[in-house]
This record gives sequence, C-alpha cells and structure tokens, in this order.
Amino acid sequence: MSTLVLAEHDNARLNPATLRAISAASALGAPIHILVAGEGCDAVAAEAASISGVEKVLVANGAALAHGLAEPLGELIVSVAEPYRHIAAAATSFGKNVLPRVAALLGVMQVSDISAVVSDTIFERPIYAGGAIQKVEATGEKIVLTVRAPAFEMAATGEATAPIETVAFTPSSPARTRFVGKERAAGKGPDLASARIVVSGGRALGSAENFEALLTPLAETLGAAIGASRAAVDAGYAPNDWQVGQTGKVVQPDLYIAIGISGAIQHLAGMKNARVIVAIDKDPDAAIFGVADYGLVADIFEAVPELTKALS
Amino acid sequence: MKILVPVKRVLDANVAVRVKPDGSGVDLANLKMSMNPFDEIALEEAVRLKEAGVASDVVAVSIGPAQAQDTLRSALAMGADTAILVLTDQPVEPLAVARLLAVLVEREAPDLVIMGKQAIDDDSNQTAQMLSALVGWPQATFASKVEVSEAVVTVTREVDGGLETLELDLPAVISADLRLNTPRYASLPNVMKAKKKPLEQIEASELGIDLTPLLKILETRAPEARKPGSTVESVADLVERLKTEARVI
Repeated sequence: MSTLVLAEHDNARLNPATLRAISAASALGAPIHILVAGEGCDAVAAEAASISGVEKVLVANGAALAHGLAEPLGELIVSVAEPYRHIAAAATSFGKNVLPRVAALLGVMQVSDISAVVSDTIFERPIYAGGAIQKVEATGEKIVLTVRAPAFEMAATGEATAPIETVAFTPSSPARTRFVGKERAAGKGPDLASARIVVSGGRALGSAENFEALLTPLAETLGAAIGASRAAVDAGYAPNDWQVGQTGKVVQPDLYIAIGISGAIQHLAGMKNARVIVAIDKDPDAAIFGVADYGLVADIFEAVPELTKALS
Repeated sequence: MKILVPVKRVLDANVAVRVKPDGSGVDLANLKMSMNPFDEIALEEAVRLKEAGVASDVVAVSIGPAQAQDTLRSALAMGADTAILVLTDQPVEPLAVARLLAVLVEREAPDLVIMGKQAIDDDSNQTAQMLSALVGWPQATFASKVEVSEAVVTVTREVDGGLETLELDLPAVISADLRLNTPRYASLPNVMKAKKKPLEQIEASELGIDLTPLLKILETRAPEARKPGSTVESVADLVERLKTEARVI
C-alpha cells in the first residue's frame, strides 16, 4: 500500500516543510503520493511533481479548498484515503489543524509530531516539551502521522516527472466555517522553521527597539531568520510567530545564536537539536550555556554589534 | 449560552520531568499535578464570556482517575458553574477522549466547547480537532481571540506566518493558544464556594466508548544530552571557532 502526504502551500508555492514530510514518508518504504488541495494551485502541483520520491500527484481544485480550512480538507482526504496505509503531513499549524480530523473520521489515533521513523509502524516522538522521547507502535489499519519537519532533511527536487491526477471534490454540506482574512507578520528574512541560521533574542534585549536594532543587522549579515524566546514575545519585543519553543516553533538549523536568552526548558525544547548553538548572555549561570556549543559571557549590547561587524 | 470546557490533570508545568529508569514511562509518583495550562486558558475564556453576559453556564469536564476531582474543584474555583468527572483509571488516548466528549456534548448540548490546544504531558494536539470532526461542528484551533455575537463566533488563530481570522456558526469547537488570555488565580472565598458546587461523577464504562489504546507505548526514554560546549573569551574567538572548528559560517 502507498503513503499519502498532504501538501502545504499558499496556492502559489509549496511550503518547504512538505519536503521534509516527504523525507519522513520515504523512510516508510512505500510509494508516495502527494495531495495538493487548493484553488488555482496548478503551479504547486507542478512543483510537487518534481519532488524526488513522489510517484503521483493528486490535485483537488475548488473554492471550498482555497484557504486550507480543516473541515473540507479533512473530508477530502478521507474520501481519497482508501488505497493508503499511511497518511502524513508536516506538524505545522496547517498539518496539526487538519490531520487529527482525518484520524478521527477513520477511527484511528494520530501519531503526532514524529521525530524519527523506526519502522513502518513504530515511531519516536517527543513528549513533555521534549523532556522525554516516546517510542510508539501504531496498531490501526491506517496510520495517520504528523511529522516534526526540522527532524528530517528536505527531499530533493528535480525534473517534474510524476503524473498529475485530478480529484473531484464537492463538500457534502454548506460551509459553517468561513475564512475572514489573514494578517501576515512582518519580516523579510528566510522562513524561521526552515532557515539554515537562526538568530534569536530574549528578554535581556529590554525593548522592541533594542530587539530590532541588535538582531536585524546580525540576521541580515548572516542571511538568518529571527526568532525570540517566549519571554521576549510576551513582553512585546517580537511578534508571536517568531517564538521558538515547545509552545511556538521547533527549529533545527545548522546554527542557532541565542542572544540574551536564559534558556527556559520550554525554549530549549524548541531549539536544542540545532547542529551548532551559540549563546551570548551576561549571566554565566544561564541555563542556555548548558546546551551551547560556544558560550560567550558578555554584555549583549557590546558583543552583538561587534559580532555583526566582524561578520560583515 | 452554555460552554463546555474539558480540562486535563497533568504533571505541573514547573516540575522537572523524570523518566523511569526501566523505560516504562515518566515518573509521576508523589509529584504535584495541576490543570493543563492550555485548558486553564480555555476555562478563563469561558468564565470571561460568562462575566460579559454572553454565556450563562460553564461546565467543566475531566476524564481520569478520582484525583481529577481536584482539577475540577480548581475549575469550579476559577468560575465554572458545574463539573463532570468521567472516571477511569486507565490511560485514555485523545481519540477516546474525543469520543467520550462527543457523548457528553450530546447529553449537555453546549453551544461552544473550548479546550486547550494540547496537553503538556503527551503534547498530542488532537482532541479538539477530533471532537469537531466527530460531532460535525465547525472548528477553530490555536485561538488568540474569541468574539461571540448571536449565532456566530469570530476567532483569530495563531498560524505560521501570522494570524488568521475565521467565522464559525455555533455550535462550534475552539482550542485555546497561549496568548488568548492570562488565567486568574482563584481567590480563597471562591475556593471555599467551589467545594459546594455540583460535581457529578460518571463511570467511563457507562458512556459506551471503547477505551482500549490504539497506540502501544514501547519505551519512554530521556532525550540525548548535548555534548558539553566550551566557553569563548571574545567575539573574535567566537567568529574564529565558528569558521574553522564548527564550519557553519
């Protein structure tokens, strides 16, 4: 039996997290089909057809699917689920919103946020904000998975060779959930969840102005995405969706630079799997130094501009 | 309007997690247990809707052992009017929880169900979505703002890349995110009053739902520790090491 992966996109481009979900799906050892559901999303389907390892692309187009609402998407996935053993999506806010519905309608449990594929039925996943790792075996006939995207490599893309098949979909009942609007957060750097380098600031920045003045030049110099600790977000220094941590985003970049972050457990859960961690803080006892590969005990207001200068 | 708020009893957020040496799970013996913080936020929102005159009735529900009564008493002290405890001593997976809640939704006929987006123990983030699918009600997860007007609820959601706003016909299911509100502390008089509020107990077996787990937990282990790092003396030293030793820039 094959694996179905739900593509995440904005009707124009595929979200890179989907490429990581495809990698996880490849580890299951079965042929992979990818479902692109949206409105006017043919460019995304073509992009999906170029992912290495994808055998077939299913495309569903329609007004009901335009905004990625969970109810019609769940219904659509269940309607095409029959030939698939595994149904997967990246554990982004999109995937987390949709797939539990699919699991419930199919009468199985979802295995949430898997960080490793042990076999086609056994998976590892973090629990307690990464304080423990659970190895679980799914016993149902169908297996629904969300994938902790940063834990997997991005699948390669190449020639668009996979066939594209159209799926007809009409919602069974009129929508009782209506899309009103989406407000995009400011920021022009790379996407936080998939960036190779992340520069993150904490409460020690002291203000939104300092946050911007210290972090933006460094991030621009490095081509990095900007993140923040929960304390910095709660204090209003940075927007909500910059939050790195168990209750925010989980990132796994090559380089994570923590600036003025104390290192609360919930923050560490979101970044401690980065390949290289740098911490800069004036408190030598800060917990962040416990996970840092390179710790610099210094005044961030002096060290960070100096670092930016040294790197430019 | 009636609001149902499911609340889960979990290891207190401030207690460090210890994995049992035999790999059989997380050690919970004699440790402080509390209401799941995201459920606290959901309950606070329900109580605020009541205080604003939008809701008339807030019912807290918990599924678990007899000790979950404490969690429900906390909910009553925060402002829930009544509480229901579905008693079971076995672990209950999100699908079974959603199925049990679906039975209670039919019995209690609420206009709105608000719960936390995830429990901080198993971090599953499934129950609200599953309940919505099972009962066929509209869903809005990860809510950071909830506004009720007549038969419609407008919800702002925290999604990757920004905020999304949805409008749902009632009845509906909402899951609460971190920034929806800051839950209150129950005052002592309210804690005393809560002791006299009604708390109904139902055996889970009476609700006709199969609770047999569908996921088999093979092992629970501690995460790998990172190799100890080193202290650098200066920015120049840091840049040098990032370039030549770590080779990341």
